Amino acid sequence: MKDDKRRGLLEKVLKDHGYQESALLEILHGAQEIYGFLDKELLTEIAGVLNLPPSQVYGVATFYSFFKLRKPGEHVVTACLGTACYVKGVEPIIAAIEEEFHLKRGGSTEDGKLSILQTRCIGACAMAPIISIDDVIIGKATKEVVIKHIKQVLGETKAEAV
Amino acid sequence: MNQHTMKLKIDGIEVECVEGSTILTAAKAIGINIPTLCYLDGLTPYGGCRLCLVEVSGTSKLFPACATPVASGMEVTTQSPKLYEYRKMVLQTLLAERTHICAVCIANDHCELQAIANQHGVDHVFYERNWSSNKIDSTHNFLVIDPNRCILCTRCVRVCDELEGVHTLDLKFRGKNTDVIMDQDEPWVKACSCTSCRKCAKVCPVGAIYIEGENIEYTKDPDVAAFIVERRKRLK
Ligand code: SF4
Ligand code: SF4
Ligand code: FES
Repeated sequence: MKDDKRRGLLEKVLKDHGYQESALLEILHGAQEIYGFLDKELLTEIAGVLNLPPSQVYGVATFYSFFKLRKPGEHVVTACLGTACYVKGVEPIIAAIEEEFHLKRGGSTEDGKLSILQTRCIGACAMAPIISIDDVIIGKATKEVVIKHIKQVLGETKAEAV
Repeated sequence: MNQHTMKLKIDGIEVECVEGSTILTAAKAIGINIPTLCYLDGLTPYGGCRLCLVEVSGTSKLFPACATPVASGMEVTTQSPKLYEYRKMVLQTLLAERTHICAVCIANDHCELQAIANQHGVDHVFYERNWSSNKIDSTHNFLVIDPNRCILCTRCVRVCDELEGVHTLDLKFRGKNTDVIMDQDEPWVKACSCTSCRKCAKVCPVGAIYIEGENIEYTKDPDVAAFIVERRKRLK
């Protein structure tokens, strides 16, 4: 399942909650933080570990709009929330993106074109704050640069679609 | 074993019952019938349909009889013009919520919702109706679910979990998007936890779950839940 690093993080979340079914919500929170969204494969795995019926876990995951069951949007903005990026002001940049493109962190725009995810430190602290847009990493990011770049990326999509 | 008993009054009649009983069972014991839909003998009360609401003196709040435990000295009213109007309203909302057209329903004449609506003189729905057009799942060998007739009473979910023990069924989403699902919202035939025991079809109060090609009159058997609970006692 997925890559090993994330798998290890999920394992830690499960362990921290003592593999208790009563901690399902917290565990789903943790899993979404790690993977960005909860697909069926992941939910099945969590259900299995907690010995809960998959239908029940799916029911809980779909009950709360906070949980994302689908892949993130076509373009994904990832904001690093590691200490360095945080200190260097990644937060106002995320807020600006949310406002500009009408979406919430962890979610996607209604048309599914853009999502914004948060990750933990990606190990390039010297360049903090770091925002990546699809495969492009923007170091020493500012909201102006980031928003401009996102608009460009979204513009390209439109041009292609026509 | 001496269980604690308590006294209360239901529609002016004094009843004595054991602590922890619900108003519904206490009323039943003295032959008072409170209309119910989501409640089913043998399953854990759900308190979802609100049809069984009753008045309790000393408060203007209404209580679901199926899920409210009795208290000593309680005075309960199960029939009043207010309750009658209220139940009519509940029935109409249930009917308005999805595509309930009795004339073309497989459960016509064998439907608990229809029967109770008739008893309450509900021959019209005064709310704007929400004509749902959810997909019917007929992938299973013989079980079919038509979500457009579902009233989300969760009887099927509970019987599948509590008596069959496999919990294939649950609900997804919430509010008006709520629906019964099999496993992780799989087509029924792919829901591998389902044992095809048909209990869900037996207890469904409406025509939402039925058996392909079988006269629904023979499928429906809501008493099956209480029957199984009774039979299981022999195993202990
Ligand atoms: S047939 Fe039995 S096991 Fe399958 S969904 Fe219905 S109650 Fe559950
Ligand atoms: S399918 Fe039938 S038993 Fe299940 S929730 Fe809907 S109405 Fe109730
Ligand atoms: S029967 Fe009591 S709430 Fe449905």
